[in-house]
Amino acid sequence: MSDVPSELKYTASHEWIRDEGDGTVTVGITDHAQELLGDLVFVELPEVGSEMTAGDACCVVESVKAASDVYMPISGEILEVNEVLADTPEIINDSAFDDGWLFKVQPSAELELDELMDADAYEAEIAD
Amino acid sequence: MSQKTVLYDKHAEYGGKMVDFAGWQMPVNYGSQMDEHHQVRQDAGMFDVSHMTIVDLKGERVTDFLRYLLANDVARLKDEGKALYSCMLNEDGGVIDDLIVYYMNDSWYRMVVNAGTRDKDIAWINQQAAAFDVDVNERANMAMIAVQGPKAIEKAISVLPVDEVEAVAEMKRFYGVDCGEWFIGRTGYTGEDGFEIMLPESEAPALWDKLAHAGVKPCGLGARDTLRLEAGMNLYGADMTEQTSPLISGLGWTVAWQPEDRDFIGRAAIQQERDQGVSRKMVGLVLEQRGVLRGHQKVVVENVGEGEITSGTFSPTLKQSIALARVPAETGESCQVEIRGKLLNARVVKPVFVRDGQAV
Repeated sequence: MSDVPSELKYTASHEWIRDEGDGTVTVGITDHAQELLGDLVFVELPEVGSEMTAGDACCVVESVKAASDVYMPISGEILEVNEVLADTPEIINDSAFDDGWLFKVQPSAELELDELMDADAYEAEIAD
Repeated sequence: MSQKTVLYDKHAEYGGKMVDFAGWQMPVNYGSQMDEHHQVRQDAGMFDVSHMTIVDLKGERVTDFLRYLLANDVARLKDEGKALYSCMLNEDGGVIDDLIVYYMNDSWYRMVVNAGTRDKDIAWINQQAAAFDVDVNERANMAMIAVQGPKAIEKAISVLPVDEVEAVAEMKRFYGVDCGEWFIGRTGYTGEDGFEIMLPESEAPALWDKLAHAGVKPCGLGARDTLRLEAGMNLYGADMTEQTSPLISGLGWTVAWQPEDRDFIGRAAIQQERDQGVSRKMVGLVLEQRGVLRGHQKVVVENVGEGEITSGTFSPTLKQSIALARVPAETGESCQVEIRGKLLNARVVKPVFVRDGQAV
């Protein structure tokens, strides 16, 4: 069974969102997503400073098997990306919720966070 | 409804993640495709390939029949058990399938064809066989396990319950030994040494357990694909189809042009193609930047033209992305590949990347 930490928010497209408490959020892909993808070998990260809208394909994670888009869970500006993933994308397989984070965002609106799934809803989503 | 091989329960027991492949429920991996890949390159792994189709061809004129059916020439097979890789072409020179055929004796050959092409292959073979009075018998009740890797033979030999162990141990590469109900070929699809073991379905689960106990790790179709691509081996349906001739699929070496008077299906078409000059060729690509090459990506060759990747992946052995691509014949040593709108540089190489564990 995949791990689904209760303090995070989720999307149906398998991103997780952590509220950092300082107005910014961190985004990654869930443990369930990395399990579906298998061994990750490449991550194409978004550009720092770019402004994106919720639902935009902003990043690509590729496993040996397939390439998969990562979608912007909320609208906002990319503040920072996890550069370490360029050389060691497999960190996502080992630590999807911590060391394998993808990027940090300055949300353009407060509201959208509340519209995301909580852990229970996400767990139900991936149950079938 | 997808079919299950006789090893389906074993895959569940060993933690296989099942996917649909060519109408069969097959394990894509048992945890990590990457680990399984390295296991085969460095030690020994096993694959359930029971979904593949084994066909016995028998009759007094079976040699004549196969010399007509196949682009490679079975007359080259003089020794009992010797194997030959060949394409089966249509009249237009397109590839219906690629296969391995073993010479058993003058009136019996055993053929292994792909799972995804089973129905059309059997129909085609039957249609052509009628004129030669050849009996076509699909051995659906046989399972097949491929044991591959530098330690595959040593480990497999230790658990084989056949009387012919000595003959099996001594057999040369690309041969097979008939062991009664079992048949063991020193063949494979990984670029490593090893066996492909055909056996009665009822005995396959027990062999799977014995091999696992001897340290041969179960590997899925995912690793099978990265291994074959590193070895530069074509995949039917991706690297060649009925719309491509062997000459533009990197398979010209499998066509036996001599003797010139041998008539085989598709000969006229590919002869004409050769006479007119083959316009495209199959090459290997190594991506020089970060990214992953995938099938259908566009290849751009400056001042020459465009081509297409037919299969691509990340090579676990080379830690770089590699691909097979069909490009203009004039393509030199470099090209670019379009990935998500960006052009990335790739090196053009012979389509063999790894052989017997070593980077080529």
